[in-house]
Amino acid sequence: MSMEEMIDKYFRPGRLPHIWCPGCGNGIVTGCIVKAIAKLNLEKNDVAVISGIGCSSRASGYLDFNTVHSAHGRAIPIATGVKLAEPKLNVIVVTGDGDATAIGGNHLIHAARRNIDMTVVLYNNNIYGMTGGQYSPLTPEHAKATTAPYGTVERSFDIAELAKAAGATFVARGTTFHAPLLADLITKGIEHKGFSLIEAITGCPISFGRQNKIGGPAEMIQWQRDHALPLAAFDKLSAEQKSGKFPIGILYQNNDCKEYTEAYDELIVAAQGGK
Amino acid sequence: MSKILLLQGNQAVVEGAIAAGVRFFGGYPITPSTEVAEALAEKLPRLGGKFIQMEDEIASMGAIIGAALAGKKVMTATSGPGFSLKQELIGYACAAEIPLVIVNVQRVGPSTGQPTSPSQGDVMQARWGTHGDHWLIALTPASVPECFDLTLRAYALSEKYRTPVILLMDEIIGHMREKIELPESYDEIPQAERKQPDCSPEDFLAYATDDSLVPAMPAFGSGYRYHVTGLIHDETGFPKGTPAATLAATNRQYNKIHNNLDDIVEVDYYQMTDAEYAIVAYGGAARAAYDAVDCARAEGIKVGLVRPITIWPFAEKQMQNLASKLKHILVHELNCGQYVLEVERAVAGKVPVTLFAKYDNEPATPSEVLAEMKKAFK
Amino acid sequence: MLKIYTERCKGCGICVAFCPKKVLAVNEIEKVEAVNEADCIKCGQCETRCPDFAIFVEK
Repeated sequence: MSMEEMIDKYFRPGRLPHIWCPGCGNGIVTGCIVKAIAKLNLEKNDVAVISGIGCSSRASGYLDFNTVHSAHGRAIPIATGVKLAEPKLNVIVVTGDGDATAIGGNHLIHAARRNIDMTVVLYNNNIYGMTGGQYSPLTPEHAKATTAPYGTVERSFDIAELAKAAGATFVARGTTFHAPLLADLITKGIEHKGFSLIEAITGCPISFGRQNKIGGPAEMIQWQRDHALPLAAFDKLSAEQKSGKFPIGILYQNNDCKEYTEAYDELIVAAQGGK
Repeated sequence: MSKILLLQGNQAVVEGAIAAGVRFFGGYPITPSTEVAEALAEKLPRLGGKFIQMEDEIASMGAIIGAALAGKKVMTATSGPGFSLKQELIGYACAAEIPLVIVNVQRVGPSTGQPTSPSQGDVMQARWGTHGDHWLIALTPASVPECFDLTLRAYALSEKYRTPVILLMDEIIGHMREKIELPESYDEIPQAERKQPDCSPEDFLAYATDDSLVPAMPAFGSGYRYHVTGLIHDETGFPKGTPAATLAATNRQYNKIHNNLDDIVEVDYYQMTDAEYAIVAYGGAARAAYDAVDCARAEGIKVGLVRPITIWPFAEKQMQNLASKLKHILVHELNCGQYVLEVERAVAGKVPVTLFAKYDNEPATPSEVLAEMKKAFK
Repeated sequence: MLKIYTERCKGCGICVAFCPKKVLAVNEIEKVEAVNEADCIKCGQCETRCPDFAIFVEK
């Protein structure tokens, strides 16, 4: 299926152009989600896309599935309710760095701990874009933001490491430069039975790039190209060489953990006397 | 066939939930509501239902919203601090019109307050706890059997009007044990039905309505795909920020409740036929008021009890009717005076209103209520 | 053959920057256009990174 056909099939008719700024990478990430769903040939009625609040979370409205644009930080608990109540649904969470790791951080780690089957696509643009450029837990240390005019003195999360430590059983990272890889990682995340988190590095030229003098839309994508390394190559670097670089690809996968809704179904059988 | 049991109010809520068809509970432990979660954790799996203890009160609201979208009848239960945390997503449930029931077993507040002591301090929070103009329904049981009945009614109303319903309990009613007669089997209990679309998925508009002003709500996965948002939206379900769309959305949500007050608002009257005076009390505070009315009647005082069962929307018409018939109204509640403000507003000075506020961790005794009546009505 | 949805294009210039054959340009009304389509090698770099679903390469 061509990309154009995918847009026709999986986007709601008449809703493009989307609201994102010129050069915002969110459209690229959303396109990768659609490519993954197309590749897996998922039945549209069996997909639920749940988002929070923020720029990235507007993606749910464009997609022709069962969709929820929820409250700030709350996509994951709502997705948990959808999945546990109706396990046949493929549940995809669309969220941003502020949504998922600040106000929704507690929900993220607990969903990871439960290993409930959902695929969290975390659009990481390192900033609160919707409100105009405030620093998030994923804004790099010393980077500027409207609420950090002298540069933030806060350290940032490595959200992939955090998700892994919290119990996620599939953790990956891609970028909008590496869009085909990103689509592949999302595909594998959806296929994975358990909690998967895909960090999608995406550029916000207006609210992050401009304040931090990274350049325009193309330069932000080139920055991703120049700073991302496949995990195997990254691992070979010395600590000094790793500085400023980040690994992409599947960062962690564990297929030996029981998925939550399956575990719950077994609990039901046991509670009913093993019938 | 029926069975006679000795149950706590919280346990009767659980029985009501099972009977109503609740098959999903998301919660977080908090005194004095925890028994509701504990009992459902045991009972739901046996019925093929799901119980999940979430990481916090906000998440438990989120989980039940998700499960409701997946077509389930859902419940959460909490108390003071937890009720505060739930307010964010109560607002979402109002905006997106998600049917669900929130049990709030009130305790003394604010903050941690007195976790094991009764209070009715959340009456105004139940109405105005979340931000923005919104409308919902709150019911207040005054006995263990009524906990069962009002839980059933909460689901009937939440499904019919696609609205959150708050079962506004208090620690007295939640923890009190009373005799209750329940059917042996719940199979014959009528199940509240969620309105389903009468058109094809292609023609379906998520928030289009008929004269009832209540949109149909197919379950996720049913083949009807739609968008749900907390942004102001039009009948398509997609955000629309124009003044006309905002007005239409707000007015419809108001009218779907307020066009049906006769169906929603329920008030219990005791000894009111020839009453010259009335005491207004609800929930746990009404218990002493019943006895106090009997004592007063024995002394020749023509007093009756007016007990709102539906606490929100406010029983406006009922209170206004009292104003023309009575010499004095005494409002008794376990807070510093919340519901009394609405009573005063409704009667608009046509009859004197006196407040007997009790907010020292303990309910009033019948003799205390009687003494307050005599003081007010002399 | 390139297919451009002008109404979706926001003129961000990503496709222009990543086109290896300098086929594309953003015009004066901030919309992309193919100024040199004969050189297009259908590599798909533009389509892959267009955030606006505004350009497709028909194979």
